[in-house]
Amino acid sequence: MPAPARHHTLSVLVENKAGVLMRVAGLFARRGFNIYSLAVAPTDDERFSRITIVVDVESAPLEQITKQLFKLIPVVKISELDPSSAVERELMLATIKAEPATRGQVIELVNVFEGRIIDVGRDEITVMLAGRPDKLDDFEDLMGSYEIVELQRTGRVALPKLERQAPRLRSVKGA
Amino acid sequence: MKLTGAQALIKSLEMQEVEVLFGLPGGAILPVYDPIIDSPIRHILVRHEQGAGHMAEGYAMVTGRPGVAMVTSGPAATNIVTPLCNAYMDSTPIVVITGQVAATSIGTDAFQEADTTGITMPVTKHNWLITDAQDIPRVVKEAFHVATTGRPGPVLIDVPKDISNAEMEWYWPESVDMPGYKPTTKGHPRMIREAAKLINEAHRPVIYAGGGILKAHAAEALRELVDMTGIPVVTTLMARGAFPDSHPLCLGMPGMHGNYTAVTSMQKCDLLIALGSRFDDRVTGKVSAFAPDAKVIHVDVDPAELGKVRRPDVPIVGDCRLVIEEINKAVRDLGGTEAQADRAAWIEQIRGWQKQYPLHYEQPETGNVLKPQYVLERLRDNAPDDTILVSGVGQHQMWSSQYWRFERPYTWVNSGGLGTMGFAVPAAVGAKVGQPGDTVWAVDGDGCFQMTAQELVTAATERIPIKVAILNNAYLGMVRQWQELFYEERYSEVYLSPHLPDYKMWAEAMGCEGMRVESPEEVDAAIDKANSIDDRPVVIDFRVDYREKVYPMVPAGGSNDDIILDPSQGEGGR
Repeated sequence: MPAPARHHTLSVLVENKAGVLMRVAGLFARRGFNIYSLAVAPTDDERFSRITIVVDVESAPLEQITKQLFKLIPVVKISELDPSSAVERELMLATIKAEPATRGQVIELVNVFEGRIIDVGRDEITVMLAGRPDKLDDFEDLMGSYEIVELQRTGRVALPKLERQAPRLRSVKGA
Repeated sequence: MKLTGAQALIKSLEMQEVEVLFGLPGGAILPVYDPIIDSPIRHILVRHEQGAGHMAEGYAMVTGRPGVAMVTSGPAATNIVTPLCNAYMDSTPIVVITGQVAATSIGTDAFQEADTTGITMPVTKHNWLITDAQDIPRVVKEAFHVATTGRPGPVLIDVPKDISNAEMEWYWPESVDMPGYKPTTKGHPRMIREAAKLINEAHRPVIYAGGGILKAHAAEALRELVDMTGIPVVTTLMARGAFPDSHPLCLGMPGMHGNYTAVTSMQKCDLLIALGSRFDDRVTGKVSAFAPDAKVIHVDVDPAELGKVRRPDVPIVGDCRLVIEEINKAVRDLGGTEAQADRAAWIEQIRGWQKQYPLHYEQPETGNVLKPQYVLERLRDNAPDDTILVSGVGQHQMWSSQYWRFERPYTWVNSGGLGTMGFAVPAAVGAKVGQPGDTVWAVDGDGCFQMTAQELVTAATERIPIKVAILNNAYLGMVRQWQELFYEERYSEVYLSPHLPDYKMWAEAMGCEGMRVESPEEVDAAIDKANSIDDRPVVIDFRVDYREKVYPMVPAGGSNDDIILDPSQGEGGR
């Protein structure tokens, strides 16, 4: 599941109310915008949640996506994070076939990727890996040859990169 | 003061100065119907919930105040989805209140349960499911605020039955606190200066006035802009009446069935000043071929409209009235009328088109054929000055927009974006309730009329004397027109019948005056009689020529350069 070449991350601050995710997801569906990944969690202020959406900007211009999003009443603020100016991380859990003959190689690769083994079965192990999405892609590719039994990724979360100059977090007011 | 949720809801509507509710009661909304008995708010009992929604729209479109409809849960809520969607497309402020099964039963597939907020989410500006009776005044205040500010639109409040019955402590909020809702109203000063500069320099400018002019009460500001600059104006289907048809610089309606001059002036202009319009596909035709040489100034209160279809050279987010007033000031600062570029050649070219390709239909010399356009002309010429015209959707709608003379804002009510057949009768009822002093004529098609005619029972019962002219061509006329032109005259499922139903008898059965007109000689007498009746609704069944088609026409997806005129006018303009 390689990341698309043209994607942008939107960090959307929303009011923490019932049905908000449905409003956001519904908007994407009916306007024909593609979501690549999506992560939701409450913020430190319990009145708000943050939705991190990775959007496919081939499906529609980013400007139109953010403007339409901003029309949703519970959407308070939208920050656009360009991949080159943001730190992005993602968490992966994967159960991998690891019979005695191959177990050593699997564990070695998990270590190379700084993953952790969090569960061990007779012929399988479950590993946890957190990191840059492209690193998780690489790990996924490599594990393909050992047979992935099950795999889940959380979708990415992101924050603006701290630069020495002014940060490039850009607030999109919908205007 | 302790109130039930139901009492608080009605009291909140009173606080919002609601004077009329269009609705129909049922199980889940029962508690809210009880305090209506003691309220000064008038309730109009409709015969179908769709009617309540369209009435609220008609009311809002002629008064500028939000229309309010109230219905029960489940099927009633789904019946009002069409008006919600219609209001969403045409940015009409309506507030719909729906009953819901008890909060404790939500999710159990209870009797008459429907996920109303889920179903209506894509067709409302916002909606609310009340979960605590204490929230009712706050939510009502927020709902009216959202419906009427920024780009107006429909909102819905879903009220579970146990919440209506629960007690709350009454209060009325001073203000609304919505952190995610702050519409921009004032235009950007630099963009406004930029716009004024382009306006002054343009040699072939056209103002493309849309429904936003009416929503923002900007008709006067527009008039001032035109009088100062001498720039001609096209008024879209949603903006008919926003600029008087009698003004020498009014070019009328553009678009798929717009007149030749309106369509062609946009194609040939060097500056398109879009004010509260949204580059709808019915206006632009093929977008890549639309107004190819024009720079674009686009003013809209909804930022998402700027650049959605056509990238503007000068985008201005803001309330149309405020922005146009600022533009007027900026144009004046740059020298006003005297500083305008020379447009004599442009105006002359426009006058040439108007002369060469006027709206036209062929009236046969002999025989008794009744042309629908003729009926419109006679209605127009015999109607009192203050008449509000309402239409359904189809050929009759286009002829109405083409042949009526709109002189005042808020005198034209129709379904534009969604194209909802059956809109006319209930919307006319709502319009008449909103402006009881004005004559309200609904021009309807026979297909449309059959969809919502039952609301004439409401009109007769409530003594709302609207007048309905059915242009009865016994066909789904617009569909027939497309089948004739684009499907090799293979007519598939478009024939209705001139006699079935018998519209005169049907009207009489609903408590209306019913008439039938079959030849041109009878037209005036029938219209005069209808205009003289003011104590009950009137329906006239005009038996019109089924072969008549709406011209001009730009085929769907085609370029506006390929406009087709009435066949009697030849190949004009190609």
